[in-house]
Amino acid sequence: MAFDIEKFKKFFNFRKPNIALEGEGAPNAAHVPEDAAVKCEKCRAIAPKSALSDALYICPKCGFHMKVGARERILFTADPDTFEELDAELGSVNRLEFPGYDEKLEKARQHSGENEGVVTGVCCVGGHKIGIFAMDYRFMMGSMGAVVGEKITRLFEHATAYRLPVVGFILSGGARMQEGIVSLMQMAKTAAAVGRHSDEGLLYISVLTNPTTGGVSASFAFESDMILAEPGALIGFAGPRVIEQTIRQKLPEGFQSAEFVLNKGFIDAIVDRRKMRETLASILALHEEGV
Amino acid sequence: MTAYEIVARSRDKARPTALQYIEKTVDGFLELHGDRKFADDKSIVGGIGSIDGRAVTVIGIEKGADTNAKVLRNFGCASPEGYRKALRLMRQAEKFHRPVLCFVDTSGAYCGIGAEERGQAEAIADNLLVMSGLKTPILSIVIGEGGSGGALGLAVADNVWMTETATYSVISPEGCASILYKDAAKAADAAERLKMTADDLLNLGAVEKVIAEREFSEEFFSELKSDIAAFFDTACATDVATLVQKRYDRFRKFGSEV
Repeated sequence: MAFDIEKFKKFFNFRKPNIALEGEGAPNAAHVPEDAAVKCEKCRAIAPKSALSDALYICPKCGFHMKVGARERILFTADPDTFEELDAELGSVNRLEFPGYDEKLEKARQHSGENEGVVTGVCCVGGHKIGIFAMDYRFMMGSMGAVVGEKITRLFEHATAYRLPVVGFILSGGARMQEGIVSLMQMAKTAAAVGRHSDEGLLYISVLTNPTTGGVSASFAFESDMILAEPGALIGFAGPRVIEQTIRQKLPEGFQSAEFVLNKGFIDAIVDRRKMRETLASILALHEEGV
Repeated sequence: MTAYEIVARSRDKARPTALQYIEKTVDGFLELHGDRKFADDKSIVGGIGSIDGRAVTVIGIEKGADTNAKVLRNFGCASPEGYRKALRLMRQAEKFHRPVLCFVDTSGAYCGIGAEERGQAEAIADNLLVMSGLKTPILSIVIGEGGSGGALGLAVADNVWMTETATYSVISPEGCASILYKDAAKAADAAERLKMTADDLLNLGAVEKVIAEREFSEEFFSELKSDIAAFFDTACATDVATLVQKRYDRFRKFGSEV
């Protein structure tokens, strides 16, 4: 009898490993049905999704902080029923008529249930009103095109006008190449909006989650007053594969991890997801206007 | 010429490099070295001089004209200390009310262990942030390759110009082809799609001016010099708040139609 690989896979409940391939979206965490099993991309342990969502998608075996969808991230950061979304309707169009991009957008929309790769709005954290944004790995790995840049820029403009601090959960592979130069320009556009917000004496905290690389890393991820990161997150400019190709050698274990970047002096603190909300609340309290 | 032929032209070893542009357009150039934090990155040259009697700060990404120079300059792939040196000089320009002239020519910021350890992302991010609000005019000219974030780190400017066979792109066509098509050989197709040539970028509003190269003759450089001088005449006569607002609007427009 021939060996049936499909049956074998089914039997062992094999899933594709959670590798950040453009447009594919990782088969992990938030979008899978409640009864499905989710595999940790670090230690490969399998746990039911329902158990994981209660545990904030922290691997019960190794403690790795798995990726979380943008909306769920905001849900477990914001005080209950305080989130009001902004610019929800904005969605990308294939302006350069890049082949295959329309299909990728459609897939990303279905996969994530979102119109684009970032969710923005206002909410309260520990009673402090803030502007908040979270990027979604299921939408082309949080890549930044015109709409992602526009939503983040509008959020900073809104926060500047209403004198609100901003907290941003960063997750991105970088610029979205299907939008060509317009995606590159988003780096400058968002930087300018962050700058104006900062010039008004307002607080911006970025939280770098796995992964934070490329054009997003080289713009609003590193333009904040305080940079927090989740344990184990990959943080860098170039991705590890690109570096390995450039220098033709293997990178040491832990290179570009949050812990590595902390030791090099580029982030303020590593914060466990279970402590994130209270950490943000206490920083916000210290920056409350008039204190 | 096809887009990919232009890409090849933009990388041509015979092309004048930033130092040659500086020599031809800036009088009495004095190079100022170092980022005051770690090192002097030879991939980025910077300093002061004058153009038609006006003091300027000039910064260029230098690829190197011959083999030895290319090695010294790391082929124009700058490290964080290069971007930090540029930023130091731009802040100095702001203090002394000098306009800033940048020559951009890089395949991209360096992707190496040291560059990552010293915060390549943070260095570029900081340049974008500071340049977007710098209270003095900035003119950036892409003279060869405008490679992604490494180019943008010197191109958040009031005006961005390109010479006619220069390119400016979010990713190299080879990188794009290998990610999208899993085949770097499809780079020619990717080059077409990315709209990375000077004419395409002029249409997209990413550059204000395309400069005829005229085989990089003396006439080319002298005309370029007078165009730069004229640009600074106008920009320096503009009040700073208006200048910075216009720069904000220049970048704000990309994607604002969504």
